[in-house]
Amino acid sequence: MPQENTYDYRAVKGFAISSLFWGVVGLLIGILISLQLVYPQLNFTSWLTYGRLRPIHTNALIYGFTIPAAFSLFFYLVQRLGRAPLAFPGLAQVTLYVFNIAIVLAALSLFAGMNTSKEYSELEWPLDIGVVVLWVMFSINIIGTIMKRREEQMYVSLWFILATVVGVAIVYIGNNLGVPVSWFKSYSIYAGANDANVQWWFGHNAVAFVFTTLPLAVFYYILPKATGAPLYSHRLSIIGFWSLVFAYLWTGAHHLVYTPLPDWIQTVAIAFSLFLIAPSWASVINGYGTMNGQWEQMRSNYLVKFIVMGITFYGLQTLQGPSQAVRAFSALIHYTDWVPGHVHMGTMGWVTMTISAGFYYMLPRIYKTELYSVKLADLHFWLVLVGQLIYSVTMWITGIRQGAMWQAVNPDGSLAYPNFIQTLTPNYPFWNMRAAGGVIFFAGFLVFVYNIAQTIRQAPQRRPS
Amino acid sequence: MNVDKRPVIFIILATLSILVGTLATTFIPLFVGTTTPSIANVIPYKPLELEGRDIYIREGCNNCHTQTVRPLPFETARYGSYSMLEESAIDRPHLWGSKRTGPDLAHVGRKYPAVWHTMHLKNPRSMYPDSNMPAYPWLADRNLDTRYTEKKMKVLGYPYTAADMKALQGKTEMDALVAYLLRLGKELRQ
Repeated sequence: MPQENTYDYRAVKGFAISSLFWGVVGLLIGILISLQLVYPQLNFTSWLTYGRLRPIHTNALIYGFTIPAAFSLFFYLVQRLGRAPLAFPGLAQVTLYVFNIAIVLAALSLFAGMNTSKEYSELEWPLDIGVVVLWVMFSINIIGTIMKRREEQMYVSLWFILATVVGVAIVYIGNNLGVPVSWFKSYSIYAGANDANVQWWFGHNAVAFVFTTLPLAVFYYILPKATGAPLYSHRLSIIGFWSLVFAYLWTGAHHLVYTPLPDWIQTVAIAFSLFLIAPSWASVINGYGTMNGQWEQMRSNYLVKFIVMGITFYGLQTLQGPSQAVRAFSALIHYTDWVPGHVHMGTMGWVTMTISAGFYYMLPRIYKTELYSVKLADLHFWLVLVGQLIYSVTMWITGIRQGAMWQAVNPDGSLAYPNFIQTLTPNYPFWNMRAAGGVIFFAGFLVFVYNIAQTIRQAPQRRPS
Repeated sequence: MNVDKRPVIFIILATLSILVGTLATTFIPLFVGTTTPSIANVIPYKPLELEGRDIYIREGCNNCHTQTVRPLPFETARYGSYSMLEESAIDRPHLWGSKRTGPDLAHVGRKYPAVWHTMHLKNPRSMYPDSNMPAYPWLADRNLDTRYTEKKMKVLGYPYTAADMKALQGKTEMDALVAYLLRLGKELRQ
């Protein structure tokens, strides 16, 4: 068995810090654009308009916060679970530098309006190639370390890591195929309905492999570690894994319900979306089963609070999502603020809470110290929980309200609110509340960053001998 | 055989699992007529309209405006006829959108004249005091960049004439965007 000091944690640390930095940037932009929707005078200049900032918000938090958090946590997990040092530590360092340069260039290009318009993969083609190169560098280290592992059996976290490695590569490349006309402009190779279909196959599977398999890999590792209890059911995790990676790819067209896309593709997507409740809840049941007899830890153990609240929001998210795919409900809420409310329960509730638990567990260990303050971790927990709930609930309410106003008709059959702006302005008080929820969440995130920073800063002094 | 002890076989099986749904729902439709309609009736973009479309993309208009009318009574009552496959058949990329912070624009070209769009883009609040749309006055001050227009038309396979290209001279970004907006809802030959 290799000694602790043969593990290489430099890239683990670097990606964790990068993730927190870009997380702060992405959240700040999120607060600004939430206010721009009520106060349009905040669109100060061309490169600070809502239309350009919104992709920067989503890209910063997907590619700037979540992805490097995965690079960090996965480089840790493959070493611990394989009981082998990182295969190519030098390559991991290069990946770290290239990553941060790419994120800066990505932000600058989006500020300048260079984008493909494709939601969640707006970057133009030279940066798409950069993303693919980074992903290959990352994958070589992950697969290489797993090949060199000394622990014969791969624990369930490693399956979800491998699914993330393969899945992101397939959907990112598939969606971004285009023909360049200059260094800053390209056109999709797909046209019309096919382009929309490929885009949402990507869009929903970015959710599958960045916001589902990625945090699940962390969840399955941290849960038994944090509780000290064995995983409830290994068999359930096997069934859940394979049915999840099989079924997810069929569901993208539920984003295109009632569009011109042929009905059969929509219906197949709706059916598979409903089926997805089963593999999603396999992980939720595994989480709750593991907590059997341990629920007292929800009071006493800050790691358990994050990981169990995270999987709870995952459970709610994976019930709400399939219900939105059903035509009758889609007709009411599609294109309204309900949908960002849904997305943010997943990202602010499930993904961020799980990554927080991962960092809180991992970083004190690799810095050979203890967490700076459990009290601050508790404060962080309550702020992000309350902030996210305010965000999601206000958006659901105003989404249903606006959807209902779009549908409302007078007794003679004419539209009750024929002018679109009549249905828009009642959003404003809800959007103000949403911004307040975002600010509370951001405050919680700052507490998180401070707690981690202090943990790292005090590491040499607090090192246990 | 325990696949959880064999990473290479595990990766192959996971890849195959991912590819089944991918091929069935995205690859096969590329070759099915119901997803890829005839473009015989579609009027190609003029160079000015295409440049306007690229400004629409640059400014991220699709973050707040959809371009697809659903086949639902309250929807067609508000926006006109529901969207059909042919209307976006030559669009690369599509711009159907996913959120209506503002109204759907699929047929906005049938609704207002050019001067309305110019005034509205320069200052939406001069027409709707409670509107939250950003103002785009600077589009009228910027000359249209036409360096790549011909190459764009060729890459997309849209036909054009020398007169079409000449029509670009002296145009601003505002002119191009308005030309694009005026086309929306008039994609098909009657």
